[in-house]
Amino acid sequence: MGEPFISVKNLSYAYEEDDGRKIQVLKNLSIDIMRGDFLAVLGHNGSGKSTLARILNMILFADSGKVVIDGKEIIPNEISDDEIIELRKKIGMVFQNPDNQLVATIVEDDVAFGPENLGIPSGEIRERVDNALAELGMSEYAKHEPHRLSGGQKQRVAIAGILAMLPECIIFDESTAMLDPKGRQEVLSAIEKINREKGITVIMITHYMDEAARADRVVVLDDGDLIFDGKPEEVFSHEKELISMGLDVPQCTSLIYKLREAGFKLEGRCLSAKECAELLFGELKNN
Amino acid sequence: MNSISLGQYYPAESPIHRLDVRIKVVVAILFVVCTFLCKNVLSFALLLSLALLSIILSRLPIGLVARGVRPILIIIAITSLINIFFSTGAPENIVVDWWIFTIYREGIYNALLMIVRFVCLIVGTSVFLTYTTTPIELTDAIEDLLWPLKKLGVPVHDFAMMMTIALRFIPLLVDETDKIMTAQKARGADFSSGSLAQRAKALVPVLIPLFVSAFRRAEELAVAMECRCYHGGEGRTRMNVRHVHAKDFVALFGVILFGVGIVVLNTLNIGYSIS
Repeated sequence: MGEPFISVKNLSYAYEEDDGRKIQVLKNLSIDIMRGDFLAVLGHNGSGKSTLARILNMILFADSGKVVIDGKEIIPNEISDDEIIELRKKIGMVFQNPDNQLVATIVEDDVAFGPENLGIPSGEIRERVDNALAELGMSEYAKHEPHRLSGGQKQRVAIAGILAMLPECIIFDESTAMLDPKGRQEVLSAIEKINREKGITVIMITHYMDEAARADRVVVLDDGDLIFDGKPEEVFSHEKELISMGLDVPQCTSLIYKLREAGFKLEGRCLSAKECAELLFGELKNN
Repeated sequence: MNSISLGQYYPAESPIHRLDVRIKVVVAILFVVCTFLCKNVLSFALLLSLALLSIILSRLPIGLVARGVRPILIIIAITSLINIFFSTGAPENIVVDWWIFTIYREGIYNALLMIVRFVCLIVGTSVFLTYTTTPIELTDAIEDLLWPLKKLGVPVHDFAMMMTIALRFIPLLVDETDKIMTAQKARGADFSSGSLAQRAKALVPVLIPLFVSAFRRAEELAVAMECRCYHGGEGRTRMNVRHVHAKDFVALFGVILFGVGIVVLNTLNIGYSIS
C-alpha cells in the first residue's frame, strides 16, 4: 500500500455567519486516501462534504489539522502559488453545475483550457484533448457549442477538461446532482471507467446512496463528523443510523432490511437491484 | 431559445472564411481606409468591383449581404438627399432650378459616390468580419493584434478572456431570462401591456433574480477556473496556434496594393470627376 495519496489528520474548519456565529463545518476529521481508491463521500446538505473537497483543492484552507497531498504538506499562508498550481494539476475537480464550469464556446477549446493553463506545447494539447474526448465518447461533439449539449454531455465535457490535465485524482463534487437519470448514468459510467481503466483516484461526493454503492469505499459525514468509513455493504448495514442522519439507503437494500426485520433470513450483501433479486430468488427457492 | 446564435456568422467553405482572422481584421480596416481614399469615379468603380469580388470569393448569398445594408438605408437616403439639395457647384452645372430648390450636377455626383461609399463600407466589414468570422475567433485575433499593448501594461489577455466568457454566458443568460419571465408570467406578471414606464417596471422582478444568478454563476466559474490551474495569461499556451500562410499575405498585399493604386489615381488626377 505504501504512503497514502491524500492524508488528512484532525482537520477542522469553521466559517463565520453574517451575524458572527461560528459554524463548525468539519470537526477533527481524519482520513487517508490511497492511490487508485474509488471513494464515495456521503452526507446530507451541510454535512461538510463539499468543504472537504474545497480544502483538498486549496480553495479553502483548514483552521487546524494537517493535510498532506502526495507527500506535500499544505500549510496555509506558506504554500506558494506555484506549489498550489502544481498540486491542483494532480487533483482535478468536477462541479455540480455543468454550465458554470465550462469556459469556452466550443467543446474542444474548453477541454484545452486546463492544459493551456499548464503551458503544455500546442501539439501535445491537441493530442490530450482528442484522447480525453474519445475516452468520454464525446469526440463527435468536439466542434459543438456547449450550450447545445445535454446536461450529461456537458458534464462529460467537463470531465474531459480535467482528464486532459492528466490528474492523479479527480474529485466529483455532486457532479450528477443536476442531471436527469440518463445523464447521471452517463456520468457515473464515465467516473467508473476513469477509475477502473486509468487507475485515477476518484473521490465522489454525493448524497445518492445508489451512486455511493458503486464505490469501493464509502465515507459518511454528518455535521462535520466522520461516522462510517468502510466498504459499501458494511456502511449500508447501518440503515437505522443512516436514516436518522437524513440519508436514504438504496431502495433494494432497504427492502431486504425490512424483510430481515420481519423475520426472513436473507444473508449476503444487497446494493443493487440485481443482488436484491438474487437474494429474493434464493429465499423463494429455499421455501 | 436553443437556436440563439451570436453575431451573424454564416458558415461556408470559402477562401475568405479560411483566411487568418488577424489578417482579416487588418484587411477589413484597410478596406475601410480605402473607401475613404476614393475620390473619383474610376476609383469608386474599382472599389465597387473589389467589394463584389470579395462577396463572390466569400460565397455568401448576395441577399444576405444586401440585407446587411438595409439597416442603414435611411442614413444613406438622408445623406444623399442632403448632398443633392445642399451641394453648390458651378452655375453652368445647374440641373433643376425650381422654387427654392437648386440642384447642381455636383450634388447628384456627390450623392451617388456617397451611396457607393456607404454600401462598400458595409459590404467590406461584413464580408471580411461579421459574416465570415465567429465572435470567438475575432476575440482571439484581437488578443493577438493588441499584443504590443501588453508591453504598456494593458491587460489584453484579461480583456480577451472576459470577452470569451461573456460570449459563452450570453446564451445561458438569455435562456435564464426566458425561464424567469415564464415563471413570472405563470404567477400573473404582465410584461406586454401598459405604458412604457409600466413595462419597464415589470422587468425589475426579472432583472433582480437574473443578476443574483449571474453573480452566483460568476463565482462558481471563478472557482472552477482556478481549479483548472488558471492563473492569468502568463505561461499560457494555446492549442490552436495560428499560422499566417501565403494566401493570407496575398490578401493583405492585394488590399495594400489597391490602396496604393487609389492614392496614385488621386495624385495623378486620373478618373472622371466633376468637382
